[in-house]
Parts: sequence; structure tokens; C-alpha cells
Amino acid sequence: MGMNLFKTTAAVAALAIMATGAAQAGEDAKLVINGDLSIATQAAAPAHLENLETVYSGWVFRTKETQALEMDDFDNPSFVFVDVALDLYAAVDGTEGKSCASCHENVEDFAGLTTSMPRVNADGALETTTDLINECRTERMGAKAWKYSGTDMSAMLSLVGLQSRGMPVNVAIDGAAAPYWDKGKELYYTRVGQLDMSCSNCHEDNYNVMIRADHLSQGQSNGFPTYRLKNAKMNTIQARFKGCMKNIRAEPFGQGSDEFKALELYVASRGNGLIVETPSVRN
Amino acid sequence: MKLLITTAVTAVIASTVAFAGTTAPGDVAFKDGAVAVSLTGAAGNAADGRAVFADRKLGNCLACHVNSEMPEQSFQGQVGPPLDGAADRWSEAQLRGIVSNSKNTFEGTIMPAFYVDAGFTRPLGKFEGKTILSAQQVEDVVAYLLTLK
Ligand code: HEC
Ligand code: HEC
Repeated sequence: MGMNLFKTTAAVAALAIMATGAAQAGEDAKLVINGDLSIATQAAAPAHLENLETVYSGWVFRTKETQALEMDDFDNPSFVFVDVALDLYAAVDGTEGKSCASCHENVEDFAGLTTSMPRVNADGALETTTDLINECRTERMGAKAWKYSGTDMSAMLSLVGLQSRGMPVNVAIDGAAAPYWDKGKELYYTRVGQLDMSCSNCHEDNYNVMIRADHLSQGQSNGFPTYRLKNAKMNTIQARFKGCMKNIRAEPFGQGSDEFKALELYVASRGNGLIVETPSVRN
Repeated sequence: MKLLITTAVTAVIASTVAFAGTTAPGDVAFKDGAVAVSLTGAAGNAADGRAVFADRKLGNCLACHVNSEMPEQSFQGQVGPPLDGAADRWSEAQLRGIVSNSKNTFEGTIMPAFYVDAGFTRPLGKFEGKTILSAQQVEDVVAYLLTLK
């Protein structure tokens, strides 16, 4: 009863917020980094996205102050972690006496990699950048795998992702990737937890709306890993999935699980066309 | 040991007595989304309900609803409609139904069901088999909503 009326009320309320939200969060603000790298923060939604016309970077929904932190690498706290990763990159570790730099002399050679990850490998398995890095460590360096979303890994992902900053996200969703993508899509739209919500309830149906103190974004992954003011560290995309699931009182899938890898692919595909902002700043 | 068992038995009896008039989550009778009978068999307490409404770990209703009766609470969410005047739009039975399980009133809504304890997918361990609010808390929130005129 009253269904339509209330949907309309909510829609009107949402419109009103769009208007004020714009002023508040500086949505018309342009993301220019270091005065010279201009990054588009919205794009036409990819064809597979039925319910959105435009996709937006999470940067758009942050306050002016938080937005500003990402506009200069000297102000961006992520760069402390990028520096840590540069040291890790050059550090010999493991039984083979090698560092990352022994095989990949210039980290710049990773330009473009992040735009296409996760992807399906020659064996038909879905792999994330995290998997690639740990494969190098265990198989080529004889070193221990890093914890999936731990400090070393999130720092290295930030350094590797930075090499693609400014390039459009473009993950493959067809061919061998299709079954993984389907699974990720199903997870995205499945209601979970005691609060019984799906990712889409918040990030598709209600983006640009306030949920208590939080301004909901589309939950895009183009800025990951992201430095959060809340915990003062780099946060991987799968750590974020875990946080969102716990908030709705759902048992999260494991870091590096098949489910979260599929979800990582699907979420990345929702942002096909958005520009890589790694390492970004959020609240 | 003996003493412990006696205490435990007394506690069980006490809780049975306290909840004797309480409807279990699976037994709530909805009619067109509304629930006519109090879940505890008694009227709720509006002052307690006001606290449950605002508490982030309980109702957290402000996550999604604006409520001008609580100007002292900053950050009122806008996912759902403002609840000002809710009692003018809905009867007590309808409000009890909306708080207990709003999916029976608003198909496919994002609003959580506050008095349902089963049927969830991957509920976090400590919440498994539990409702978000107790029957008493639901009645208290309903009593509070009835003051929003
Ligand atoms: C109850 C609402 C809610 C649900 C459900 C939810 N999230 Fe979120 N999510 C948030 C909030 C609030 C934030 C922080 C503000 C923002 O960026 O939207 C957030 C942030 C994110 C971000 C970071 C975006 C950025 O730019 O930093 C990602 C990615 C994300 N969510 C993905 C998901 C996925 C995937 C799911 C489902 C497993 C999910 N969320 C479920 C509320 C939710
Ligand atoms: C995650 C979001 C969310 C939370 C939390 C939430 N609601 Fe709602 N509520 C909604 C939405 C959305 C609607 C509108 C129905 C629809 O379109 O789905 C609604 C509708 C209602 C209505 C009827 C609308 C009116 O005023 O005419 C009442 C009453 C209500 N909610 C009370 C509550 C109470 C009380 C709580 C907390 C115990 C609560 N809600 C928590 C989202 C929420």
C-alpha cells in the first residue's frame, strides 16, 4: 500500500539531496593532480550496466577537504606507503636472492596492468594483481607470500596501480572471463546478512544519498588501494568488501576467495571507462 | 556446582515467565502488512523507544530516516522518507508491521526487518538466529512512532 507514493517521496528527497550534495561535496570540482594530470571522474556507463547511465568515481562524493588531499601527491598520505613499496621493490628477499627489480627493472613497465585486472590466466583461472605479486614471490623469489590484504601487499598494489594512474579501466568480461563475471554479478545483487541488503541496494539504488553520516558513492574500485582517513592506512578492494559485508551483519567471504575475486572483477567492470586514480584518498 | 545449577534453573523459569506473552518472530501474524496484536501483549514505552530509534546498534533508524523530533541527533540519513507525522499516515497495527518486517508493506524495500530471525543469507555468526530488536524494543519503537503527529 502506498508503494508508489513512497517511492516518489524517496525519489524527490534524493533529488533534493543531489542538489545540496553537489554544493557540499564539490561535485563540479575537477580532479587535477599535481596541477597537470587531469582525471575525468565520470564516464558513460558501460553497455552491460542496465541500471545506470553514468558512472562516477568515489572521489566525487567526498568532501572538498578530502578531495583536496588527492589533488597533490605531497598532501596525499598514500605516498608514504608508495615510498615503502619502492623500498620493498628493490629489497632482495627469499631463497633465490632476488628482488622485484631483478626481473622488472623499471616499475613504470607496469603501466596499464591495473586497468585490466582481475583477468583470466592461461590456465583458465581468474587472477588478481595480488595473485600475480604473490606468484612472483613464491615461485620466482623463493619468498613467502604476503598476507592477501596486508601492509606490504597493499603498499605494493599502490605502487603498481600508480603506474596506470590516468588510464581508463577496461577489464574483460567476455570469453573465459564470462563465468567469473556472472558469479560476481550474482553476488553483487544478492541480499546478505541480518540487514538483508545487497551491494546494489546502497551503491546502485541509493548512491549520492546520505546514509547517516556517509555520503553513498557507487562503490567503484578505480581508486584502490585507497588511503582512508578513518584507519590511516591503505585499504585493498577486498578489505573494503569485507567492511561493507560486516556493516550489514553478513559473514564476509575470505580475502582471496573465489567469491571475492569474482566480485572484484564484476565491480571493476562496473567502472569500465572510469580513470584509475590509485592511490586515492577517502574518508 | 549444585548452587550453579539451581541458579540456572531459576533463570530459565524467570525468563519463561517474562516472555510468556511474547510472540516468537516466526509466529507474528501479518494482515496486509499490519500486525494487530502487541508482540509482548502489552503497550510499549515511548521514551525507551525514542532511545532505541536513535541507537546505532539497535534501531539506527536515523541511518535512513530524517526525524525532526530529534534535532539533537546530527547526521540523519535520507535513504527512506522522513518520519515526521508517521502516526498521521499509519495506524498502530501498520507501524508494528512496518517495524517488524517492512517487506510485507513495501515489496523489495531496502529497510531491514527488525523482528525476523531466520531466512537470512550468510548472517554474521553472532547475529545468527537473532532478531535485530527484541519484541519489547519493537513495541517501544511503535509507541514512540505513535507520538510523531
Ligand atoms: C548499507 C549500505 C552498504 C552496502 C549494502 C554496501 N556498501 Fe559499500 N559502502 C558503503 C558506504 C557508506 C561506503 C563509504 C562511502 C562510499 O564510498 O560510498 C562504502 C564504500 C564502498 C566502496 C569504496 C568506494 C570508494 O570510492 O572508496 C566500495 C568499492 C564498496 N563500498 C563496495 C561494496 C560492495 C561490493 C558491496 C556488497 C558486498 C557493498 N559495498 C555493500 C555502504 C554500503
Ligand atoms: C536501510 C534503510 C532503512 C532503515 C535502517 C530504516 N528504514 Fe524505515 N524505510 C526505509 C525506506 C526506503 C522506506 C520507504 C519504503 C520503500 O520505498 O522501500 C521506509 C519506510 C518506513 C516507514 C513508512 C514511511 C512513512 O513514514 O510514511 C516507517 C514508519 C519506517 N520506515 C520506520 C522505520 C523505523 C522505526 C526504523 C528503525 C527501527 C527504520 N524505519 C529503519 C528505509 C529504512
